[in-house]
Amino acid sequence: MRSRKRQRLWIACIGLLLLGAATALALNAFEDNLVFFHGPSDIAAGKVENGRLIRIGGLVQEGSVERIANTARVEFKITDGVAATPVSFEGILPDLFREGQGVVANGRLDANGLFTASEILAKHDENYMPPEVVEALKRSGQWKMGGDAASGPAASGPGGGNS
Amino acid sequence: MIAEIGHFALIAAFLLAGLQSTVPLYGAHKGDRGMMELARSTAVGQFVLVLLAFAALVNAFVTSDFSVLNVAQNSHSLKPMLYKISGTWGNHEGSLLLWALILSLFGAMVACFGRNLPPSLRARTLAIQGMIALGFLAFMLFTSNPFDRILAPPPDGAGLNPLLQDPGLAFHPPFLYFGYVGLSISFSFAVAALIEGKVDAAWARWVRPWTLAAWCGLTVGIGLGSWWAYYELGWGGFWFWDPVENASFMPWLAATALLHSAIVVEKRDALKSWTILLAIVAFSLSLLGTFLVRSGVLTSVHAFATDPERGVFILGLLGVAIGGSLTLFAIRAPKLQASGVFQPISREGALLLNNLFLSAAAATVLLGTLYPLFLDVLDAGKVSVGPPFFNATFGPLMAPVLTAMVIGPFLSWKRADLRHAMQKVWLGVAAGVGAIVLTLILSGVEGVLPAVGVGAAVWIIAGTLLELAERVKLFRVPLGETWRRARRTPRAAYGMTVAHLGVGLVVAGVLGATVFKTESIQSMKPGDAAIVAGYTFTLDRVERIQGPNYLAERGVFRISEGGKEIATVNAERRNYPVENEMTTEAGIHTTWVEDLYAVIGEGAPGGGWTTRLYHNPLVPWIWLGTIIMSLGGVISLTDRRLRIGAPTRRRAAVGGAAPAPAE
Repeated sequence: MRSRKRQRLWIACIGLLLLGAATALALNAFEDNLVFFHGPSDIAAGKVENGRLIRIGGLVQEGSVERIANTARVEFKITDGVAATPVSFEGILPDLFREGQGVVANGRLDANGLFTASEILAKHDENYMPPEVVEALKRSGQWKMGGDAASGPAASGPGGGNS
Repeated sequence: MIAEIGHFALIAAFLLAGLQSTVPLYGAHKGDRGMMELARSTAVGQFVLVLLAFAALVNAFVTSDFSVLNVAQNSHSLKPMLYKISGTWGNHEGSLLLWALILSLFGAMVACFGRNLPPSLRARTLAIQGMIALGFLAFMLFTSNPFDRILAPPPDGAGLNPLLQDPGLAFHPPFLYFGYVGLSISFSFAVAALIEGKVDAAWARWVRPWTLAAWCGLTVGIGLGSWWAYYELGWGGFWFWDPVENASFMPWLAATALLHSAIVVEKRDALKSWTILLAIVAFSLSLLGTFLVRSGVLTSVHAFATDPERGVFILGLLGVAIGGSLTLFAIRAPKLQASGVFQPISREGALLLNNLFLSAAAATVLLGTLYPLFLDVLDAGKVSVGPPFFNATFGPLMAPVLTAMVIGPFLSWKRADLRHAMQKVWLGVAAGVGAIVLTLILSGVEGVLPAVGVGAAVWIIAGTLLELAERVKLFRVPLGETWRRARRTPRAAYGMTVAHLGVGLVVAGVLGATVFKTESIQSMKPGDAAIVAGYTFTLDRVERIQGPNYLAERGVFRISEGGKEIATVNAERRNYPVENEMTTEAGIHTTWVEDLYAVIGEGAPGGGWTTRLYHNPLVPWIWLGTIIMSLGGVISLTDRRLRIGAPTRRRAAVGGAAPAPAE
């Protein structure tokens, strides 16, 4: 019986230790790696720290998309109807990236207010609006209820997914 | 007419499931044989009925019967036949029907092959299985009937999301569901054992093959999904820690832990309540995954529809299943007395360590997946938890598992000598350390971690092979004796060796895909060349082509090395006019040791195309390793003692002269 109790004890000890380690790892990782979402108005109001990985969302401003000749760079503006954030991206845009449509981007803001995107996520469906874009439009007061709300299938993410 | 037959079959299956989940339970309680036997016939009957319903839906898709709403919304007459069939489960209602089909398939298999089970345990297991079926069939009939008709059928259907029109993804759901839903059997066995209040070696022996089969399916399913993401999304990566990926990965981690802890119950009669808890948790995570994916709280390719009613229904199911089973566990688990005692340094100890770390890893994945949802519900801001979080938590938690998985099989049961084990595995240690040093010297990659990763992969492969060599006493006894030992080694032991080798390959592939890849983004005109990791990619031409149900812009890349042309790959941007959607098809040349990967983007006004080129070393090993892992599971499933050894409820004599198998 005593050895069984001892066995229980060390199992419990290892378990608790592990739990502690996992919690410490998770909290530590949370601090550095949580990606906060901001709309263009938040950025215009200076609420966003430069140099930190953030996610922004809104609509691609009409007429703002400019492909830089002979490079893979694209520049455009993301707007929530009140403010607009200039974005620079190097790479292949998602298949359904279009002016006037909802878009979400991950990246960092520099001191000049230019957002360098490392990832652009757009939708895969005409009627779909990424929840982040809805949020940005709500924050800026430009969201009209009953529009093509956040319903419908298929947002494309980098992991458009495979469960 | 056929659709109506399908609908009626579903209703009949629902009623049968009601019988199956009540009468046998009462019969087992009263000791009434007839009532207990009802579980078997109802389980088989339920499977036949659900199969009929499924066949009816497949028929509707194949014949393009657009008077069925589901077909009209998700199919199109011009679609290739493969995608007409796979379209059956490429939507919410159809995928649920596949779920129910596999659920009832597992029930019927227990009814047919479980002849050696004690009647009361079999009756209770099937009754629990019946309850799960009852819940899901109700869900289907009340919120997601796949056989709903439309009064005015459209002339043609709306088509299937083109991203899903892909051979890899056509077979991804059946495998994945086989794993997801297969875990329901372990769950039912666990709950039945709690009702009986008896968990012993025989129980573990019955449960293990089902868990193993489910695990194999889950492994292949996740592998196929990852492969699809790799070549179809055109991001050059294989895993994105996307919530839907995590939804399948968490049950996998739990099932892997369960596989290993069930061995301890079988061989050593210890860790009983832990194993029961794992069986409950593994299936609960499957249900949670179904909820996350189906309710639409996550938006992705998988969230076929956002319908709050459905989400609430699954949440209710989740609450009843998890809450009920955990309550039962809390009441009954203290009664489960273990008889096997063991020291920290022992095979049990190593398996326990593996279990604790796998569970901790699953917990951090769960935290990272649900945290943004919690914040959103609490209205505390929108955040996303990206790959860096998972890499920072999951990686460190996996390192001890990868270390222990090699040493564990060298340890003896109950009490082992670590020094003795290390003497046997020193060659593996040397190989691992050698690999680390070599990588540090040869590769231009900065930092110690990639080298440690390479060392880990080498360590796993070398150590696992050493264990096999040790088992057959290779080169220490005459070859004839080695051959005799090799033939006597149980298949379960070979299964372990093969599966662990697969893990080593996956680790190597993951490293290749993350730290050793080379990527290049540029604008190219026909005739332009770009050099990636010593390979020259030349954009030969960009042409327009017409596919069966799409138009594509195809970039033809010629790849050469040292002036010698080695391959031509086609990267496409496809436009599906029916669905009005675009997809990307990466052009990939693989040598099984490295991948050359090309993606073409939109044309720019100056006549150039944005291209993204990758050199991905070792990446094919991820999928090769996945296949080998599940192959190991299949080999273990064919083990003699599962095939013939009619497990009976007495203490099985372990091993004989052969070393005790460690699967």
